[in-house]
Amino acid sequence: MTKEEWLLALEQRHGAKLQQKFLSSCVAVCGLGGLGSNVAISLARAGMGTLLLIDFDRVDISNLHRQQYKVSQLGMCKTDAMKQTLAEINPYCNVITHTVKLTEGNLSLIADCDIVCECFDDAECKSMLVNGIAERYPEKYIVASSGMSGLHTGNTIMTRKLGKRLYICGDGMNDVADDGTLFAPRVMLCAAHQANTALRIIAGKLEV
Amino acid sequence: MVKINGEEWNLADKTVAEYLAENGYDIKRVAVELNGDILPKSQYESALLQEGDCVEIVSFVGGG
Repeated sequence: MTKEEWLLALEQRHGAKLQQKFLSSCVAVCGLGGLGSNVAISLARAGMGTLLLIDFDRVDISNLHRQQYKVSQLGMCKTDAMKQTLAEINPYCNVITHTVKLTEGNLSLIADCDIVCECFDDAECKSMLVNGIAERYPEKYIVASSGMSGLHTGNTIMTRKLGKRLYICGDGMNDVADDGTLFAPRVMLCAAHQANTALRIIAGKLEV
Repeated sequence: MVKINGEEWNLADKTVAEYLAENGYDIKRVAVELNGDILPKSQYESALLQEGDCVEIVSFVGGG
């Protein structure tokens, strides 16, 4: 598949103008678990120009029930495993990886991106990232997540908008600490909301 | 009146930090939008809720 063939296929489906917007955009995916692995794949498929992948963790057996990794990738850093997977889906996406824990002290790692997808699993980390980005990089859009655990109905997963630049996807209430676990489809629903929101922001569709 | 998460509250000169504490929010898990902007956590103690303010509070839950 040449770059020309690949680009033509995307332009025929998305329109050349929108595809150019996708190609010139950079999205940070913070956390590459159930949410982030699915968000990254959706955005790579859409033909995102640059994806910034940030995660400190390695692929574990306990991830396989909901995260987009394979047995052959067990033990790999999630950043490396996802970069490998994305290269097979979209070899023309510029994938930049940082294998670190994102904290208030290294938020500058996302300085060059347009949109930040918060895909962490820990509630305090979610809050840290959303507040940190809003305070230090108020011009960036944030697509956060809250509430996608358990085997509850999928119909409560939705996207809310807070203020001008913060979107929150999920049901807003079901905590994995109460439900005990997560299931792939419900996590994917939330990740799909996040990826859809990122694409809509790039397309200029800012309302939910 | 102050509108918080869609409900009208009669709150006189209460700070955001006081409101959060009195209503059982864990500050480490929240994000607060005040009149369209995300309020930095460093301002929770000093930000006084005033007549006509519109506040949205999100308390993140775990899972991802």
